[in-house]
Amino acid sequence: MNPLFEITFVAYVLATGTYLMWFVRQQQEARSAARWILTVAGILHTMTLVARYLEVGHTPISNMHEAVSFFAWSMTWGFLLFRWRYRVKNFGTFVSLGITLLMVVAAIASKEVAPLPPAMRSLWLPVHASIAIMANAFLGMGFCGGIMYLLQEREIKSRRFGIFYERLPSLEALDNLNQHCLSVGFPLLTLGIITGSIWAKQAWGTYWQWDPKETWSLITWFIYAALLHFRFTMGWRRRRAAIMSIIGFSSALFTLWGVSFLLGGVHSYAG
Amino acid sequence: MRADSLLIIGVNHKVAPVEVREKLAHNAGCENPVVAIKTIPGCRECCFLGTCNRVEVICSTSETESTARAIRQHLFAGSGLSDEDIERYSYLYVNGEAVNHLFRVAASLDSMIVGEPQILGQLKKAYRAAAELKTVGPVLNKFINKSFSVAKRVRTETNIGSSAVSISFAAVQLAKKIFGTLADKRVMLVGAGEMAELAAEHLMSQGIAGVVVANRTLERAINLAQRFNGTAVTLEGLAAELENVDILISSTGATGLVLMRDDVKPIMRQRMNRPLFLIDIAVPRDLDPKLNDLDNVYLYDIDNLKDVVEVNKSERQKEADSASQIVDEETTKFQRWLDGMDVTPTIVALRHKADELRQVELERTLSQMKELSPKQIKAVEVLAASLTNKMLHHPIAFLKAVSTPQDQMVKLDLIRQVFALDPEPNNDREEDDLS
Repeated sequence: MNPLFEITFVAYVLATGTYLMWFVRQQQEARSAARWILTVAGILHTMTLVARYLEVGHTPISNMHEAVSFFAWSMTWGFLLFRWRYRVKNFGTFVSLGITLLMVVAAIASKEVAPLPPAMRSLWLPVHASIAIMANAFLGMGFCGGIMYLLQEREIKSRRFGIFYERLPSLEALDNLNQHCLSVGFPLLTLGIITGSIWAKQAWGTYWQWDPKETWSLITWFIYAALLHFRFTMGWRRRRAAIMSIIGFSSALFTLWGVSFLLGGVHSYAG
Repeated sequence: MRADSLLIIGVNHKVAPVEVREKLAHNAGCENPVVAIKTIPGCRECCFLGTCNRVEVICSTSETESTARAIRQHLFAGSGLSDEDIERYSYLYVNGEAVNHLFRVAASLDSMIVGEPQILGQLKKAYRAAAELKTVGPVLNKFINKSFSVAKRVRTETNIGSSAVSISFAAVQLAKKIFGTLADKRVMLVGAGEMAELAAEHLMSQGIAGVVVANRTLERAINLAQRFNGTAVTLEGLAAELENVDILISSTGATGLVLMRDDVKPIMRQRMNRPLFLIDIAVPRDLDPKLNDLDNVYLYDIDNLKDVVEVNKSERQKEADSASQIVDEETTKFQRWLDGMDVTPTIVALRHKADELRQVELERTLSQMKELSPKQIKAVEVLAASLTNKMLHHPIAFLKAVSTPQDQMVKLDLIRQVFALDPEPNNDREEDDLS
């Protein structure tokens, strides 16, 4: 057992704290400091995952702890990658909060190394699981964008300006953010379902068996597909898009956790 | 102390909500209310200022209370408000307070958006209108002109104007929060008022893509549209055009609502829910308040816009404080002048002035003529004294002669100007040109 995970965790908490400070005080120094700390945390996290891989001997996305940790890692790098392409004011504050929450879940979950069940000993494990979780990471960022949109819209609509009006970007920028997250997240989600289905054929002999996790991932897929479809045909954008991406991500989270805990099924490895 | 007093009766955004203000808005084209107010017994001079945020009646009267009551009744005639409400929604300032209030108004310290420059122009316009109708006399001439120079002093000595944010500025700021960039957005002006023009200019400088002007008379719309390289439509064509615009600024003089919620609802679907930012700067309001309930429609009236600028209020508070100081200083000075506007103090000032001159001249002459005997010195002194006394005799008799209060003021003002009795020579002329 090495302390890398704990160090990473502390780094994320620090990054989030600094982002919150930047959010409240709006001092540029805090912002760049937060960005650096988050980048360092991302690098530490990468090292944690590599160490875990060496420790357990297979791709570390096989139980709850590993899956959620990988989720947080994807979100961190997804965000840093995004930031490099374009910026959204104070997006980091919300995303880093999300990442820290995920890390809390990962920290609570059992870190025990169990032998891999036979069905999971496949090359499809890294492919399917990582794609599906990366999809979740981008959809999660869309969720953050949706929350930001609703917070900002509420102040503009009610004409009472509180802490968000000045700090959050324009509604247009937040709507674009949602769109961008979806345009990466949705193809990944599709790919995740397809690779999962192929793997199912190999492992269980059938492409689709209406296992709860499969059903829920399909529900999630339909929510996002509807959003994207109606966005172009009926102008489902802005407020409606924000609400839909929040519902969609909740469904994605339920697919990841709820199904395993509440509904069971052949897919209940937590991952 | 003068027998007449200065009063200001008014209604502004601070004491009354839009719902009340719109009930008493005097729209352009109606007869200027000064004509009616002037006939109120006791009222000697008056001036009426009506903007979309305020109504001010500035008046000089011999019967403070009854005139105030009559003016209030005149302002709220037809509003259906009880006397109690009328008192609650309006203010009355007398003498020193009135001076302070008008100076604050002119300096834009009392504005909804402190520091906005439009109010001074509106006050100048109101004064010109009153001057044309001959309802202002020496007291208000001096008073209102003084307020212009106070406003100018505040503008040059404080930073209030540079951070000044007018309604249009607030609107642009908000539009940016909704649309991000304004580069590909189109704006529609409903009603071709000055305010709308100003807002459009501001938006144009932000690189807006196009302007549509909708007006009751197409001709006026075309004129305004040409200035912005835009298109013009009549009010009937408004709804059809809504599909293609993103920002709408309404400032018509219409008494009823121009755009209803149900007019816009079907259009939002055609617009594919692209947001629509509606700005209602008209009093009475043009746009249905229920429009804000529609998804992706953001409706702001003039009161709401104020809040946008409140956000960074503290920075401007400091400037406003130093501006208030200037206003207080000028109020004291003007008060002194006002107190002097009576026969006795004027005579005292006149005598004082003459004595002063006599003393100075005597000293100068006698210091050059050292060889004079005491008797000769006495003779020169007597000469100087009788000269000044004879010189003053007629002006003082002129002042003391019985005349109407109105003429009295003219006389006092004349004498005070001829003899330069007021400490500060009237050098406000450049502001007086009402440009």
